[in-house]
Amino acid sequence: MKQGNTIVIDPVTRIEGHSKITLHLNEDGRVEDARFHVTQFRGFEKLCEGRPFYEMPSLMARICGICPVSHLIASAKACDSLLAVKIPPTADKLRRIFGLAQVTQSHALSLFYLSSPDLLLGMDADPAKTNIFGVAEKNPALALDGIKLRQFGQKIIERLGGKRIHPAWIVPGGVSAPLTEVDRDAILEGIPDALAIAERTLEWFKGTMERFREEISTFGNFPTMFMGIVKEDNGLTFYDGKLRMVDASGKVVAERLDPTNYSDYIGEKVEPWSYLKSTYYKPKGFPEGVYRVGPLARLNVADRCGTPRADQELAEFHELQRTAVLSSFHYHHARLIEILYCIERLEQLLNDPEILSKHVRAIAHPNALEGVGACEAPRGTLFHHYKIDEQGLIRWVNLVIATGHNNLAMNRSVLQVAKHFVQGKRLTPGMLNRVEAVIRCYDPCLSCSTHALGQMDLQIQLISPQGEVLDEVIRK
Amino acid sequence: MSKKKIATVWLDGCSGCHMSFLDMDERLLALAGAADLVYSPLVDAKEFPPDVDVTLVEGAVSSEEDLRKINMIRERTKILVSLGDCAVTANVPGMRNPFGTKAVYDRAYRENVTFDPGVPDQVVPALLPTSRPVHEFVKVDIYIPGCPPSADNIYYAVTELLEGRTPDLTLKTRFGS
Ligand code: SF4
Repeated sequence: MKQGNTIVIDPVTRIEGHSKITLHLNEDGRVEDARFHVTQFRGFEKLCEGRPFYEMPSLMARICGICPVSHLIASAKACDSLLAVKIPPTADKLRRIFGLAQVTQSHALSLFYLSSPDLLLGMDADPAKTNIFGVAEKNPALALDGIKLRQFGQKIIERLGGKRIHPAWIVPGGVSAPLTEVDRDAILEGIPDALAIAERTLEWFKGTMERFREEISTFGNFPTMFMGIVKEDNGLTFYDGKLRMVDASGKVVAERLDPTNYSDYIGEKVEPWSYLKSTYYKPKGFPEGVYRVGPLARLNVADRCGTPRADQELAEFHELQRTAVLSSFHYHHARLIEILYCIERLEQLLNDPEILSKHVRAIAHPNALEGVGACEAPRGTLFHHYKIDEQGLIRWVNLVIATGHNNLAMNRSVLQVAKHFVQGKRLTPGMLNRVEAVIRCYDPCLSCSTHALGQMDLQIQLISPQGEVLDEVIRK
Repeated sequence: MSKKKIATVWLDGCSGCHMSFLDMDERLLALAGAADLVYSPLVDAKEFPPDVDVTLVEGAVSSEEDLRKINMIRERTKILVSLGDCAVTANVPGMRNPFGTKAVYDRAYRENVTFDPGVPDQVVPALLPTSRPVHEFVKVDIYIPGCPPSADNIYYAVTELLEGRTPDLTLKTRFGS
């Protein structure tokens, strides 16, 4: 973008989606304003109109190949309320297992494949090396752990759903087939290895934190509220519960909010320069109603994880800060604790004697014309809201997706990082990689959030207020 | 002999085809021994290199940006592969076509909005009137259908292509598999 005094980072790489960042400079070449632009849009809210409601889980899964299971779950839950049924308890547990497997693989993707190059090789490393293959060269064990952990999650999904990506196993009313003993035992067998990987990666991560003090203090380190779904006992969950909101001091602002009434408290705003809408907490208005979701938010809102190792780690996590943990750099840390939780919780659920029950689906015709389904996707709270006609055909859809909740905070984080690191009239790739790295902390999924995905080139220009190109950095 | 160059590109897809590529797991590292991944969402490359041997394209052509990219990529690629049903048939993105872009934009940016409705038109690329498969714009050499194609099939196709052979996928995959 050649607009007077603007730096353009295009594209943001090693994230899931099409985006660019613009930094606006003042007369002295210092950053005044920054924007995170999401540049693709697909229109899932419209394109499903007229389809039978029972196609929705499989169709909506195609919003995202990274977290299709979260869309399956939110969509199937919206359909459960159209059917007005309570799904069998085993189906409920099996859906949870599916969801936990997905959070594990998605978090592994974010941490190992996308962010570990920054963490292992450093923010100023040679861009030719900052990828999973560069990690494999420098620390083969770490790369292999990442591959294995992601595979652990993907294989569970494959065992239950028949394929790793876009399985059609979660359906309105439950799941389409029960778990076999053979599959249960095979998954259980993989748990010790997966746990060991999670443990040693967490240790490794904690060991690297010292090197990132400056990043920790500037990577989206500001007060906002945090939102997440919690269980009855205010513990961590990904599948079902009520919403809770805490402020920056950690104090509860709102709780037991029913996800069905999301539109009472969550508003969506359009910016003309991005396909990603920004959500805000309606009672506080825009932009004061800024909040964050995802791993960092979930660990800030939940009182406990509910599994032994994750709870120990959560206690240590809270020692990072007396208030809520505010720096978005700690999304990585929170993600690793959640992986630990997922594996522990998977083991508990698989050892439940009821898990092999054959009764896994409630059959019914639609009994309601409107339904909302919500869950915690890897990146935060996800809402699917459908209206159907008497024939069960979709008439209207609204989707509120995790990454949208973080849009305001991501924009502010980019500004904070840019103000701190991008200074003077001399650009370095490392400065700008940090601007991208803060986005990676949020692990945004832009295919989800605008229901689109893509990739563009990276070229950064530093342009003076007179429109003269002062400097240019090209990512090779 | 210098290493072959492969690239992967996202147009209008869900990233599922790329995730299936990652589902090659340890074979990814073996592949990296045989060829360099010179451009991909997974690496920090800026320029699409001028002489790529094999490019895997995920997704349909839906926006002005997609169109610009696919033309550029075709010029710079020896073997262009349509990876997955969205690239091969427009699949899910193509479902918006009967509605027209205005209705699609309006639902997302005017109707389902609480504050400041309006269709974004600064910085972001406009949608094309319809979302179309890749081969309607440029010549495609190999098709790998599936939503997504399995990691085994991607691995088979890529290794065959790197060896200079033409993979035969007829009995291995189909639309929607
Ligand atoms: S073919 Fe299927 S998996 Fe691939 S991008 Fe399209 S919807 Fe996603």
